[in-house]
Amino acid sequence: MIRFVLMVNRQGQTRLSRYYTPVDLNRRAALEADVVRCCLNRKKDQCSFVEYQDFKLVYRQYAALYIVVGVSDGENELSIYELVHNFVEVLDKYFSRVIMFNLDRVHIILDEMIQNGHIVETNKNRILAPLSAIDKMADG
Amino acid sequence: MSDVVEKTLTALPSLLSLDSQPGSAKLSSTSKLGNLIRGITELTSKHEEEKLIQRELTSIKDQVSSPNTSMRQMKELMVRAIYCEMLGYEASFSYIHAIKLAQQGSVLDKRVGYLAVSLFLNESHELLLLLVNTVLKDLQSTNLIEVCMALTVVSQMFPKDMIPAILPLVEDKLNHPKEIIRRKAVLALYKFYLIAPNQVQHIHNKFRKALCDKDPGVMTASLHIYLQLIKENSEGYKDLTASFVTILKQVVGGKLPMDFNYHSVPAPWLQIQLLRILSLLGKNDQSTSEIMYEVLDESLRRAEMNHNITYAILYECVKCIYTIQPKSELLEKAAKCIGNFVLSPKINLKYLGLKALTYVVQQDPKLALQHQMTIIECLDHPDLIIKRETLELLFRITNGQNVTVIVEKMLDFLRISKDDYTTIDLVGKVAELAEKYPFETMNTVFSLGGDMMQPDIPNSFLKLLSEGFDSDEEDRKLRLFAVDSYVSLLQSEPNKLPQRFLQVISWVLGEYSHLSAELEPATVMTLLSKLLDLKHTSSETKSWVLMAMTKLCEGGVAISVAQDIYETHSSSMDTVLRQRAQELQHLSQDSELYLMGGVDSSLSFLDGFVSEALAAGAAPYKPPHQRQEELAQAKALSLEPYSLSLPISMSSCSIADRQSPTLMSMSSGLSGDSTDLSHKGGSTTLKLDGVKRVWGREGYLAQREPVEETAQVEVPSPLRSPSQQAEADSTQSQTPTPTVTPELEQDKQQLASSLFVGLGSQSSVCLMGKSDPTPQRFRRKAQGRASSSGASEKTPTSLGSTPSPVDNLLCNSLLDSNLVSEPTNQTPQASQSLDTTNGNCHEELTDVKENNPSLIHNNEEPDKPKDLCLSSHLPTELSGLSHSEITPLCSNQSVNLSACHVQKEDSLQLVIFIFNSSDSALQQMQLQVDSGELKVNYCLSLITDSPVEEVRSHSVAVCHYSVTVKRPSVHVEVLGMLSYQLPGGTPQTIQFSHKLPLTTFIRPLTLSTEEYGSMWLAFSQDTKQNLTLINDDQDPLTTTLNVLKKKLQLHVVEIIGVEGIVACQLVQDQPCLMHCRVHAGTLAVWLRSPVPDLPDCLLYHCQRALQEH
Repeated sequence: MIRFVLMVNRQGQTRLSRYYTPVDLNRRAALEADVVRCCLNRKKDQCSFVEYQDFKLVYRQYAALYIVVGVSDGENELSIYELVHNFVEVLDKYFSRVIMFNLDRVHIILDEMIQNGHIVETNKNRILAPLSAIDKMADG
Repeated sequence: MSDVVEKTLTALPSLLSLDSQPGSAKLSSTSKLGNLIRGITELTSKHEEEKLIQRELTSIKDQVSSPNTSMRQMKELMVRAIYCEMLGYEASFSYIHAIKLAQQGSVLDKRVGYLAVSLFLNESHELLLLLVNTVLKDLQSTNLIEVCMALTVVSQMFPKDMIPAILPLVEDKLNHPKEIIRRKAVLALYKFYLIAPNQVQHIHNKFRKALCDKDPGVMTASLHIYLQLIKENSEGYKDLTASFVTILKQVVGGKLPMDFNYHSVPAPWLQIQLLRILSLLGKNDQSTSEIMYEVLDESLRRAEMNHNITYAILYECVKCIYTIQPKSELLEKAAKCIGNFVLSPKINLKYLGLKALTYVVQQDPKLALQHQMTIIECLDHPDLIIKRETLELLFRITNGQNVTVIVEKMLDFLRISKDDYTTIDLVGKVAELAEKYPFETMNTVFSLGGDMMQPDIPNSFLKLLSEGFDSDEEDRKLRLFAVDSYVSLLQSEPNKLPQRFLQVISWVLGEYSHLSAELEPATVMTLLSKLLDLKHTSSETKSWVLMAMTKLCEGGVAISVAQDIYETHSSSMDTVLRQRAQELQHLSQDSELYLMGGVDSSLSFLDGFVSEALAAGAAPYKPPHQRQEELAQAKALSLEPYSLSLPISMSSCSIADRQSPTLMSMSSGLSGDSTDLSHKGGSTTLKLDGVKRVWGREGYLAQREPVEETAQVEVPSPLRSPSQQAEADSTQSQTPTPTVTPELEQDKQQLASSLFVGLGSQSSVCLMGKSDPTPQRFRRKAQGRASSSGASEKTPTSLGSTPSPVDNLLCNSLLDSNLVSEPTNQTPQASQSLDTTNGNCHEELTDVKENNPSLIHNNEEPDKPKDLCLSSHLPTELSGLSHSEITPLCSNQSVNLSACHVQKEDSLQLVIFIFNSSDSALQQMQLQVDSGELKVNYCLSLITDSPVEEVRSHSVAVCHYSVTVKRPSVHVEVLGMLSYQLPGGTPQTIQFSHKLPLTTFIRPLTLSTEEYGSMWLAFSQDTKQNLTLINDDQDPLTTTLNVLKKKLQLHVVEIIGVEGIVACQLVQDQPCLMHCRVHAGTLAVWLRSPVPDLPDCLLYHCQRALQEH
């Protein structure tokens, strides 16, 4: 099961965070900083999975952006690793132009993919369907 | 393929980049969020960030509560509030506005309202109740987008109690024509099932309908519910197995629309989900398992594409195959598949392969064998996570045979692990293994720690075993298990076991092998006797073995074994072994004596004999130290060459000593010891502190500081790095070291093992002698004995070179009348007198003059009067100075070589006398002196009567060298060769070697305390050890330091309280500093010098000087 999804830049600044298990607001910043430090310290040739406390981190780097997913021990890390890539592909598909600071839209996309720590949709068209509909309505 | 995609995606960050970039600036200039993010990105400090966010929050707060704010603006404000909360700054004022936005906004604004609610609130938040109405309204909306939003938020969070209010509406949606609505309705029901399973019990048939939905998305959503349901009760859903199999078959067969593919792989995450469900259903159920064999085989076959996601599916597939009832054909394929994983050069795959292997070896440990080499490679992998996963795998295949190696590996990892969670987890696992395989684990510790380990570990282990735990039955089992496991160890390969472990084994077998009903004492005897024949078995171990045998030598076979051993060892060079063999033989033949048991420590059975002897005029018994004193006064002859082997038996006594109070002295005695390392490894800062505090610029500071604090400075533990700490912790966890034992219990222990300490307690009497009048006799005795024997052990180990017998003999032969010894070959006296003689020898080196005549008189050729006046041949510039006694170096028919030295402030002057004892002149004489350790400067050659090249009959030539030490060693050896020719004869050579103790090169170094302090910090070579303290009644420290000062020419810089600092130098200008502290009855010394080996060598001489005292 997925515990959280983080998007952070190389400086360790959080760009997006979504928790699927309750974590106190005041503990989140410290946890994120620690998690990011864990992943940033690793070399390219090292495993993309890191043990962290009693769970595991699956991370993937896209240039200056890191996407880190916290998963519980029983999870299939490699499938999560690919899920991250799927997510990025969806973002790529949606944000066709140079963008913007669309925190809300990225969240909406993520909500279509992951709920309650489970993968609920991976079909790109279906992930984007609700958001596209909203956009259409807003435009029209 | 994936690489290509990945490459195209490197462009993504610029799209995605929430970082401020020139390109995006234009477009986002209108976005307030954009400004905020940019502002934050540019900040450098947390403090600035906080200021900025607080300002932002104030501004948001003002605007959200303004009645003029439009919903569009509200949405914008919410996104900024979300951002602030994401950075950890609470924006609780905006929660209610988020709900309002969800209520009143339209389309995107509404969606953002819902999003904000789901991000801000947790499931139990009271404000969530306010959302119920909005959700109700939206669920009934004709706008599908709004229905969709409502269902999304419901499936994320909803107040449990309000489920009935919306449940009918959600159920209705299951029949909605739009697949997305049906899908979201299923997910909402899943959420309800998670938070309130009772509420949805009645609609289980609707789940089935969803499973059979014509839309794959709806079906997929329903699998979440089924996975959950089957996890809780797999029996109830067996009938669905065929459906799941069919679905998987279709998915694998590519029946889904193309857009479900991910990198050409059909719905991979759906496949994974289905495989998980199948493995739950097929577990322990043959018939259900059979239904799925075909599709699993198909899955394995189809997943041949080389992409991460296919491996992710394969992993799940392999897990499934090993979870359900096995089918050999499938297992084979799965095993092969795992091979592809673990052998992959891609590290992520390797990781997953190890994880798969870890899983499957629980069902089939043999599988690990196939991948042995890979596993071993992975154990040394630079990436810790791979290592960690490998240990996890090893943990699963631990059994009685391999537990030792595995525990070792785990401990290794613990030493490098810095992560608390890992440490806790691994320590737990080691502890679990230790519980499962107590003896194997201890065996690991013994086998690995070997002879390097602290002697108290085996001691306390034996103690633990003999004292036992609470229950007698448990104790019996434990001991029996120990006996069994040791017997099997001895039967396999005893020659690989370390000495200490063999000693433990011997003791346990001797003590407890009777517990095993099927084990004949004779069998044990035979096993033990084999140990005696092993080449590498030390005599110390042999004596443990023999003692174990004396406990067992009963009955027919045993007697013959005992007889054999007696025959072999009765002529042993080692007196202890000889004695043990004797005892063994006697006990084995005298069954009455054997059964008698008990030890009369007062030796009352000798009373009759003693009184008879006294009556017959025998001298009354005197304790050894008294005898020694008397003998010292009586100046008796030394017979110690006969007792050279005895110090060895001493060491065996100290090991037999169960109390091991010697930790300190023992540990510092082994120079490669870990304690020493940790001292050295400790940060300099602390050492610096230690010095500074006590010897500050203002002088001594300790008056203001409590004693404990200075004591702490010396203790290395606070210095330890976390990993060392972990190491220590782990050692603690695996070696149950009994800490405090009641004194009585200890005494009982001592008595129980009286056979071991038999010899030890005898010798302790004399060693203890005068120094210890305390009432706790037994205890203190042991301590005294142990520490002194520890010291005698130390000598060879710490210096790497045994003081050669030649050295001793050399001194002995030189010694004149004031020899201190007694005519007996009893162990302790002998070893003491041995030291004493050496000591005297050294002492004489420093202040000699008055001894000289008698010394020469005692020489081998006393009838040669010329010897008497050798000293008169000293070079004139040395004649005024005191010189050492003149030592004969070598001789033949024609020449006698002797040497002496004179200590000058900056060097040592070595003088070699060449006495021509022949009747003709020596011609073409050449003397070469050489030394690896010395710098030899030929000074002068003074020959009284003739030129250098020729020495006339019965006259003396003198060669004079100035030497300084190049490289310190305990004794500096000078090698020389004299070549000469007798008239008409052939050239001849005569070789000699001469040893100069390092002490002859030591000079006092006069320093102030302050200078000492700054020098101390600058020196790198560093040694610590405990020395015997001369127990004077008033001021032991001063007395001890004075002895050192007198004997070794050290300069005592300052003594304050229990600490003193001492300085000396090795000619020329090679300083060595010594810091002494009285601690627990010993003198803890800490030496530092810039010169390698100097502290060690000096320490050796300090030890000897104090022993001799």
